[in-house]
Amino acid sequence: MNINLKVWRQRNQNSEGRFEEYKVQASPDMSFLEMFDVLNEQLIEDGKDPVAFDHDCREGICGMCSMVINGRPHGPKQGVTTCQLHMRSFSEGDTIVVEPWRANAFPVIKDLSVNRGAFDRIIASGGYVSVNTGNAVDANSILIPKEVADEAFEAATCIGCGACVSACKNASAMLFVGAKVTQLSMLPQGQPERQARVVAMVNQMDAEGFGACTNTGACAAECPKQIPLSVIANLNREYYKAKLNGK
Amino acid sequence: MGVLSFLFSSSLGRKLVMAVTGIALIAFLLVHCLINAMVLLNDGGQTFNEAARFMAENPFIRISEILLFVGFLLHIAQGLYLTFDNRKRRAAKYTGNPGNANSKWYSRSMGFLGTIILIFLVLHLKHFWVVSRFHAPHALGEITYANGDTMENLFLEMASVFTNPIAVVIYVLGCFSLAYHLLHGFSSAFQTFGVNHKSYTPIIASVGAAFSIIVPLIFAIIPVVMHFGIIK
Repeated sequence: MNINLKVWRQRNQNSEGRFEEYKVQASPDMSFLEMFDVLNEQLIEDGKDPVAFDHDCREGICGMCSMVINGRPHGPKQGVTTCQLHMRSFSEGDTIVVEPWRANAFPVIKDLSVNRGAFDRIIASGGYVSVNTGNAVDANSILIPKEVADEAFEAATCIGCGACVSACKNASAMLFVGAKVTQLSMLPQGQPERQARVVAMVNQMDAEGFGACTNTGACAAECPKQIPLSVIANLNREYYKAKLNGK
Repeated sequence: MGVLSFLFSSSLGRKLVMAVTGIALIAFLLVHCLINAMVLLNDGGQTFNEAARFMAENPFIRISEILLFVGFLLHIAQGLYLTFDNRKRRAAKYTGNPGNANSKWYSRSMGFLGTIILIFLVLHLKHFWVVSRFHAPHALGEITYANGDTMENLFLEMASVFTNPIAVVIYVLGCFSLAYHLLHGFSSAFQTFGVNHKSYTPIIASVGAAFSIIVPLIFAIIPVVMHFGIIK
């Protein structure tokens, strides 16, 4: 199938970017990233600079791929990452606009590749549990009800790709932070640091320059792991409780 | 104040202010709407004028009125701040447009809808609130009913304002903005409070949708029926 691409090209964080148009012959069975591999081979053969884009596992679990396709992070399909989006989701002769995640907190490194270090710093501020080192503890020594484990796991499926920030009109990171806070606050291991954690993570989120949530729901609608909006409600509860306790 | 400073400094604190004041304003709308609905009794405005007198004279209502103003100011100031601040968080805009694929247009337009309501509110206060609270006593003219009760005739003031078709159009447009503002705001406030539950959230959404349609509809009907003389 013949595809027309309008791809965002930007040399580095400080340079001005612009769209460039390309034509690619792709198979409907290719993933979106494989179509980009074809484009890059073409560009290299022509002696041009290939398009920089992030990718790693290509099976939807690493959270590296990050393309805004026709205005939607990870493209038009629900619950898939860009690497698992296939060209059969498009039609012959389509013109596809491909842009990087756009948010002040995610500066462009090059072309479609952005720096998501802000997420790492939010995690470092409190998105962990402290444990004593030593012998591995028996997995069944702490009993957790199945439904609690399931709900915590649902939140834990967040791969930290940043599609929520990219989809939100305010570039808010609350679905990401909500998922992490929910996962850890539900489990016994997360209790000792529960209140300090949520305040530290929200402070770091604000300091990184993400916007405020206005409950439009775009984040949850575009999340490739379908993290529900209820994690943000939970984040609010956890934060207000901690604040009322003077944290 | 230290413990509450997060209400004006953190992103989550700011939205809590929006939700608390928003729910307070929703409660006010309910009272306002019930009183306005008395116009529809078509009794020459007697019930409505009696209710208006109660609202003007009851000390509890007058104190609540001050709180209501604080609520309005906080909601407006915080809302405008958040709208402009959030807009700055993405300096480079997208070229691709997702349309309504991932969110509702009115959820994305709360600042715009709120601004229309604010413009309407200024006009509305000038029309009725300033007149009934600050003008010289009996400036509106008094009316004496069959039971011997004499009171200010706010109903007549409404009838005279709504003879102007432009005023009627502005009031109806204000009600449209209010309806869409509420359609997002009502359930959004509960989400902000942390209420998101598989049984309760659908109920809140339904109640919110009903409120958002019925209340602005009653508000909007009154200028129209008074303009066309259906209610006199």
